[in-house]
Amino acid sequence: MSAPIPALQIPELDQCVHCGLCLNHCPTYRVTRLETESPRGRIHLVRAASEGRIDPGERFAEHIYLCLMCRACETACPSGVKFGRIAEAAREVLGPPGSRSARILASLAFTQLFPKLGRLRLLIRLLRFYQRSRLAPIARRIIPRRLREMEAMLPAVPDRFFVPDAEVLPAVGVRRARVALLNGCVMPLLFGDVNAATVRVLRRNGCDVVIPRNQGCCGALNVHNGETVAAKQMARRNIDVFQAAAVDAVIVNAAGCGATMKEYAHLLAHDPAYAEKATRFSSMVKDASEFLADLGLTGPLGPVDMTVTYQDPCHLAHGQKIRAQPRQLLAAIPGLRLVEMEASDRCCGSAGIYNITHPEMSRTLLDEKMMSISRTGAAAVVAPNPGCMLQIQYGARRTGSNGIVVYHLMDLLDRAYQAAEHPSRLRLPS
Amino acid sequence: MELNEERRAALIAELRRILGDESVLIEDADVIVYEQDGSILQAMPEIVVLPADTAQVCGVVAAAERAGVPIVPRGSGTGLAGGAVPAEGGVVVSLARLDRILGVDLRNRTAELEPGVINQDVTKGVANDGYFYAPDPSSQAACSIGGNLANNSGGPHTLAYGVTTNHALGVEIVLHDGSVAWLGGVVPDVPGYDLCGVFIGSEGTLGIVTRAVVRLMRSRERVRTLLAIFDRMDDATQAVVDVTSAGIVPAALEMMDKTTIDAIERGAPVGYPRDAEAVLLVEVEGVAEYTDRVMKMVEEICARAGARQVRVAQTEQERQSLWKGRKGAFGALGTLAPNYYVMDGVVPRSKLPETMRAVAEISGRFGVQIANVFHAGDGNLHPNILFDMRTPGALERVIEAGAEILRVCVASGGSLTGEHGIGLEKREYMGWLFSEHDLDAMARVRAAFDPGMSFNPAKIFPTPAACGETRRAPAKIPAGLWL
Repeated sequence: MSAPIPALQIPELDQCVHCGLCLNHCPTYRVTRLETESPRGRIHLVRAASEGRIDPGERFAEHIYLCLMCRACETACPSGVKFGRIAEAAREVLGPPGSRSARILASLAFTQLFPKLGRLRLLIRLLRFYQRSRLAPIARRIIPRRLREMEAMLPAVPDRFFVPDAEVLPAVGVRRARVALLNGCVMPLLFGDVNAATVRVLRRNGCDVVIPRNQGCCGALNVHNGETVAAKQMARRNIDVFQAAAVDAVIVNAAGCGATMKEYAHLLAHDPAYAEKATRFSSMVKDASEFLADLGLTGPLGPVDMTVTYQDPCHLAHGQKIRAQPRQLLAAIPGLRLVEMEASDRCCGSAGIYNITHPEMSRTLLDEKMMSISRTGAAAVVAPNPGCMLQIQYGARRTGSNGIVVYHLMDLLDRAYQAAEHPSRLRLPS
Repeated sequence: MELNEERRAALIAELRRILGDESVLIEDADVIVYEQDGSILQAMPEIVVLPADTAQVCGVVAAAERAGVPIVPRGSGTGLAGGAVPAEGGVVVSLARLDRILGVDLRNRTAELEPGVINQDVTKGVANDGYFYAPDPSSQAACSIGGNLANNSGGPHTLAYGVTTNHALGVEIVLHDGSVAWLGGVVPDVPGYDLCGVFIGSEGTLGIVTRAVVRLMRSRERVRTLLAIFDRMDDATQAVVDVTSAGIVPAALEMMDKTTIDAIERGAPVGYPRDAEAVLLVEVEGVAEYTDRVMKMVEEICARAGARQVRVAQTEQERQSLWKGRKGAFGALGTLAPNYYVMDGVVPRSKLPETMRAVAEISGRFGVQIANVFHAGDGNLHPNILFDMRTPGALERVIEAGAEILRVCVASGGSLTGEHGIGLEKREYMGWLFSEHDLDAMARVRAAFDPGMSFNPAKIFPTPAACGETRRAPAKIPAGLWL
């Protein structure tokens, strides 16, 4: 017996009647078949810790952190238990995962790197330098296996980062809305083309696009890994910055960020100065697909002759309940064929920094995902979230299926618009 | 049953030798999640093991038997009567890792399964070929075949297809001494005693299933589903009586009351009418002509009984949505109260209207809220009594109200349980239904399989056990359980 933990006595716990319907939807339960690695089990652990029946020690922490936070259980739960909040509360009590040194490193990243994007940009620049130097092949031979595996997961850093031409980019044609775009932390550095494509698609759909210069990282990684102090600061800053932009909606093209920003209201519920502002802000946050499907696509879309399969990002399908809209937009692209994979809404194992903290489980899930993808026969995967894109690209390199290309939904919409404008540039690189 | 330190260490060492360290759980933070199932009962196991094949199950059983500790088999832990709760501690044997579909023989319409296979996955595996596995508990997305066999589980489609025992041809079981036996076969009607029939529904008290051969059914040409909406519970129950007495056997005939609808619509809404007093979910299947004709008849009967509206699902998606609400109904009760105590009484169908009136009366008399969601066509009630365990006196009142409902069921010529099993929860009520001699006969069957009473003790039989050995002091709920 240890002391009860009031911080864990949250109302979400009372809503679970331990029916067990979540079990088979949980990726980590499916792999381990251990109830400690299931949503019901983890809820029971948190409840037991809150009552002081078990010690919230190392074993407890391992179970809480083996969770991917994919929230597939929230989709499965008939009672609508918000498992994500339970897990976040537990992680807040535990602090970041891993060994002492890993925790220090994680804390540093959460408080010194993500809130200060200039530093992150510098780091990625260094990575690009390393990747292109003669150092990389040598380093690969001498660094320990664990580091080598981590290095293999890294994507090639592109030549150019996404830097918007101006803070406000005007609509093309009739103006239908004024929106802001979350530029994000890694998106402009590793997927700058996706942000550029998102801006073009929004503008072609009659949106003035504001990209506020002072915006920051959304804080999702912090919240998911038990760091809420910096996370709250990041949330407050974004709320202020986007509020000043005076827009109809805040558009996000990264599922994980969108889910977190929609939950700023919860994160800041006990902050008297921000609770109300956060609620208003959260209601304005829209995933790019959600927003465009609701607005209705305008303008001619040219053909994109391609067979794709769609990976539901967890934080889109489970976190934001957005499944139909991306498919609806894909269906609007002439010539594009969508072949559904089995369990498209099962986590690919990326899960923020999970592929670094839990490489084995992550890879098991990735291998399963790559099998599902290859069974569709599609040569391309659409996954509108940077984490999923990185992971599936890594999966393609790992399994030798290098032919598989990963796109963001906005990439393909952008191509369709371009195909309509420049019919001669129709062919895609294979 | 407490083991002394030395014997406990020896048992753990032996289990680790058989299974490997990873598959033997002993830390509190590992085993505590196995103290519960889908019911309100809890008891901590001392050790939890996860064997991966029959040989490992044999080793575990033999070792636990030698050590003299209880052996409690567990599937997915979705049971509603405490069947998988280790009431007297001991070793919980999770069969979750025996999860392979070993073979499918479509020409003979059978499948060979390990016990940890999830019920729904059996149908998923053969649906494209036009087959399905009939028993469909509401928890079928999570519950295991082993658990279904142990509880002789049914589901909404039990009305037309029967329960698990009607679909299991043979089982491989591990006996108390660690030896393996096959009961039944791969063809129906094996001569001699129907030992497979004896085993199914034995709630883990006779042995552990490690393989089963089950029947597969051919999918029907047409399936149609309707939702009949009523403003009065009495009219809805009367419609059930009228449908069945018209000689119609729907594939499923389910009822949900207003409280249940409220829970579903709060948790994961599917569009049930929130102002209705009761709805009936009726499914008819068969060849197209028959299905359409019977559907028409059901619609008319419901309308005549006073249905305000009858909605027929027009698309497969609508049909799935109607079922999704029903299948999630139990879990959704968490939106109304932190705990629910589900009863599983059965009454003759013709007694449904008066029984439901009695349930409403008991709800008022005990001051407890009851959500009704059940297999009306079978007369198999599921009154769920909602409460908060933390309210002093609530549990006692709820258990009394539950007992009162079951008394009404038994008095009307029905039974204590339709499909959830007796488990830990209802064993003290067995005397209402069976004489001393009946129970003694059952205890002797049990002793023939498991003379040491090692398998899942404190289940089914009232205390003191009929074999004469006095176990834990009798009480409504066994002492020492976490509630």
